[in-house]
Order: sequence, then structure tokens, then C-alpha cells
Amino acid sequence: MAMTSPSGRHLKWTSNSILALIAVCFALPLLWLLIASFDDHASLTLKWPAHWSLANYQAVLTPNLAYVPLWNSMMISLGCAIITVAVAVLAAYPLSRYRMRLNRPFLYGVLFGTCLPITAMMVPVYSLFVGLNLIDSEPGVVLFMAATSLPMAIWMMKNFMDSVPIVLEEAAWSDGASMMSTLWHVVVPLMRPGIAVVFVFVFVQAWGNFFVPFILLLSPEKFPAAVSIFAFFGQYGSVMYGQLAAFSLVYSVPVLALYVFTSRVLGGGSALAGAVKG
Amino acid sequence: MATALPTTALQKSTRGRGPGNPRPRRHPLRTAGRTVPLLPATILLAVFLVGPVIASFYGSFTNSALTGAAAQQTHFVGFDNYAQLFRTPDFFKSVLLTVIFLIGSAVIGQNGLGLGLALLMERASRVMRGVVGTFVVTSWVLPEIVAAFAAYAFFHSDGTLNEILGLAGIPGPNWLYSLPMLAVILANIWRGTAFSMLVYSAALSDVPDDVQESAEMDGAGGGKRLVFITLPLIRRSISTNLMLTTLQTLSVFTLIFVMTGGGPGTDSSTLPILAYQQAFKFSQLGLGTAIATILLVVGAVFSVIYLRALKPEVD
Repeated sequence: MAMTSPSGRHLKWTSNSILALIAVCFALPLLWLLIASFDDHASLTLKWPAHWSLANYQAVLTPNLAYVPLWNSMMISLGCAIITVAVAVLAAYPLSRYRMRLNRPFLYGVLFGTCLPITAMMVPVYSLFVGLNLIDSEPGVVLFMAATSLPMAIWMMKNFMDSVPIVLEEAAWSDGASMMSTLWHVVVPLMRPGIAVVFVFVFVQAWGNFFVPFILLLSPEKFPAAVSIFAFFGQYGSVMYGQLAAFSLVYSVPVLALYVFTSRVLGGGSALAGAVKG
Repeated sequence: MATALPTTALQKSTRGRGPGNPRPRRHPLRTAGRTVPLLPATILLAVFLVGPVIASFYGSFTNSALTGAAAQQTHFVGFDNYAQLFRTPDFFKSVLLTVIFLIGSAVIGQNGLGLGLALLMERASRVMRGVVGTFVVTSWVLPEIVAAFAAYAFFHSDGTLNEILGLAGIPGPNWLYSLPMLAVILANIWRGTAFSMLVYSAALSDVPDDVQESAEMDGAGGGKRLVFITLPLIRRSISTNLMLTTLQTLSVFTLIFVMTGGGPGTDSSTLPILAYQQAFKFSQLGLGTAIATILLVVGAVFSVIYLRALKPEVD
């Protein structure tokens, strides 16, 4: 829209000023995190460091404090993302390509599952895991997280698959290819960007998940970074804010990088919004 | 195979032309074969999603416990857990706090601010759009535990907010103790607005310019255009987003847990926090499970309303 009239310019100036104010409000907590991590005398207040240093990062980046938890996070998130994507691709194929009586109830069930308040379920999940003898088991955590991200993943995957033209598959079918080989050799290569978006989506969710491993894991050596940061906060949080901020940032970098990657390279921001819009 | 589907779905659908598909009821075995890829998903969902839901309903009617005599011998106690829950004054306080949290941070906060931001960004300069978008989205993309610490530091009595208020000559309160609900509501708005902003930005970009222009030609001011043209045109996005943000906010745990721990006392214990406290702090597994079941039912009701209102094209 062309904003050339005086009232238009005035409107634009007002909008910019209000937005600037909101941007500052949103930025302040983030800036504290960033600046405190470089301040070896950090407090809870946002202030310019007397001298900038990497001491916090040096203190935190040790095997016990950061590397093992980050490795655990990586294993849990990768496992969860791989299982979810594989299972979701398989499930999406018949849902997208065949019309069966099962599709409608299955997809409604899946959509219903995307809405369930998972956090609310953690008490019964704990009881169930005690019953299944899966408490403190990393595979158990991975499978549970895969199951909770599965509804959204199937829904997104089916939408991506629907937009892959069916013509090529028909050619493969008439050549006598089986369902699985058609899926693997024709459909999957055509929807790599969609698969990547779902993978990143699930990975980021698993990486950031605090509550599930917090409830289901007991041994500190199995904790992913989210839980060990919380433990660190409980032990030293009231004094070592700088280290806490440094650890938090190291832990956040992969997620931020993946977000930028998806939105720039894959156009995933709009893909995610599209999946949500229904 | 498609006989159960409504005709509209049949006409609309361009899918379903699998190998040999056109002749229905020819190969029951083949139909069965086609459902095989659904099996892994079905098993995973049955064990780890449907399982806990059933365990929740069942467990809320038993005296199950983590330790002690009841841990060995769990038996059916009917509505005892619910009766005990309804006798707990903390429960109704928690229901009220949850409603306040939902209305304050999801319905008014995230939706209002998200819509406001989307509207303002349409009129702002490119640079400003980029700056605001970056900060708002970063707060949303950060892992929840990190966002919770950042919010904790911001609202702490020695934190940035009180420092700024102090510069303005206002003695800041101890937010996390004297106004815990306000602090967590504001923190959740900060954390979650990006989602609403993205949804509303996408919706607004679909509103055709010429409708706006002709309304402007007819002398409709900005406010009138918003109320009579823009909002009705994006009402579907508004209802969808209201539902989704409400559901997301209903299950917020980490933010409140880190910032206030539900305290002081139970002054910021929303239902997810109360369920955690009852089950793991006070070893009242039955009460925790009963709360979880109530939350599940509330979530399910919201989901059904949402699915009916949205009528997603499942076919």
C-alpha cells in the first residue's frame, strides 16, 4: 500500500514508535541473557559489564557440566525426530494416497491428539512408566516424546504428501513397483523439504522439552541439557548468573540456528503456519 | 471403499487412485495390506498416548500411591479422589488461577498483542518489521527453560524491570512474591505472542487490498475498517488461534515452575502445577491423577469444539 498522504505518514510514524517500544520490551529479557553470559560479575539486572570476558563459557564448557547433557539432548532429540519422521511418513502414505474407511477416524484421532494437553498428562504418564518399568530409561523417554509429537507430524506429513503429484507414482505402479518401493523411491525424494521441516519441528520440540525428561529420568548422568540447566540453577543459580546465562545460550544455539535454517532455506515458517491453519 | 464418505468429499478429492483402486470391495486382503504402514503409528500412539489417558481415568478412581501400603495393593475407591479434591480449598483457587491465566495471557494477552502487532507491522517500515519480528520470534523459539530463566531474571526483585522502574523513580514491587500471577501472565505473553502474531500476519496478508480501498473511498475510518471489514474477514483465523493458544496455555508448566514454583504458597499454582505438587511433593498420586483427568477432559472438550468449528478437510 502506498502511504504518501500526510495522514498515512503520520500513521506510519505512530506505528513505528509503538512497535519500537514493544520491541524493547521483548528484547530486554533476551539482552540480559546475552550480556550476562559475557560478564563474570553478572547480576540479575541488565547492565553493561565492567569488562567482557569468556570466563563464564570456560567455566561451563566442561564435560560434566555441558558436554554430557548436550550429548544426551542430542541423542534424545535425534532419536525422537528419526522415529517420528519414519513412522509419520509410513502412516501418511496410505492416508494421502488411498481412500479407506479408516482414514477419516484416524485423521480425526490424529487431529484430536495434536490438541491434548500433554503436560497435564505427566502424572498418569509417570504411573504408567512405573508400571512398565520404564522410569529412568532413555528409550522410554524417546518413545514417549515420539508418540506425543506424532499427531502433528502425521498431519503435516500428510499435507506435504498431498501436494506431491500422483502421476509419477502411477507410472511406477504400472511398472509393477510395490507400495513400499514407490514410497521410498518416488514419493520420499519428491518431498524432502517437507520431511526436513517435520524433522526440524520435532527435533526442536524434543530439544526444548523440559518437563518430560524431568519427570521420567532420575539419574543425573542421563539428564538432557534442559534438566541439567535446571539442576544447575537449583545448586548455583542464586550466585552464578553469568554461568547460567552462558549455559543457557550454548544450549539455545542449535535451536535458533535450526529455526533460521528452516525459515530461510526451506520456507518452513509459512509451512508450519500452514499446518496449523488446517 | 469410499462408500462411507459424504459425496462432497468424493467430488473434492483428487486422491485415492492407488494401484487398482477404482473397483471397490475387490480385494479385502489388499485393503488390509494398505493399512500396514499405519501400524507403527497406531502402536506408538496406543501405548504412549492412549495408554496414559486410560491410566489417568482409571488411576483417578483408585488409591494408587508411589510409596507405602497403597503402592502394593491398589484398589478401586470410586469418586473418593474427586471428593477429596473438591474438599481441598487449593483446588478451587487453582481453577480460578488457571482461568485468570488463560484469559489474561492467552485470550487477551497473546491474541490481543499478536493481532495488534500484525496490524501495526502492516503499516510500519521494513526495518522495524524485521527488528520486532526478530525479538518476538526469538522469545518464542528459545527452549522453554531458557525463556523461563530470562523471565525469572527480568521479574526478580533485583531484576531488569525493577531497575528500569527505579530509574523512573517508581519503587518496583517484588513481582515474583507479591504479584506472582501478573508476573507469569506477562512472561507467558512475552513467550507466546509470536505464534499469534505469525497466524494473524498470514491472515491479514490474505485480506484483499481492494476491499480496504473501496471502504476507504466510502469514507470508512481506520477503526471502522478494522471492525467491519478486517476482523470479519479473518474471523476464522481468530477462532482457530483463540482455541490453539488457549490449549497451549492450559498446559504451560515450565514457565511457572521455574519463575515462582507455584508460590508463594499456592498463589500461582495453576492446575498443571497443582497436579505436579500433589503427586510428587505431597505423594498424593490419586489427587494428581484426578487433576490430570480433569485437565484432559477440559482439553478434550476444547479440542472437540475446535475441530467442529474448524471442520478440517480430512479427506
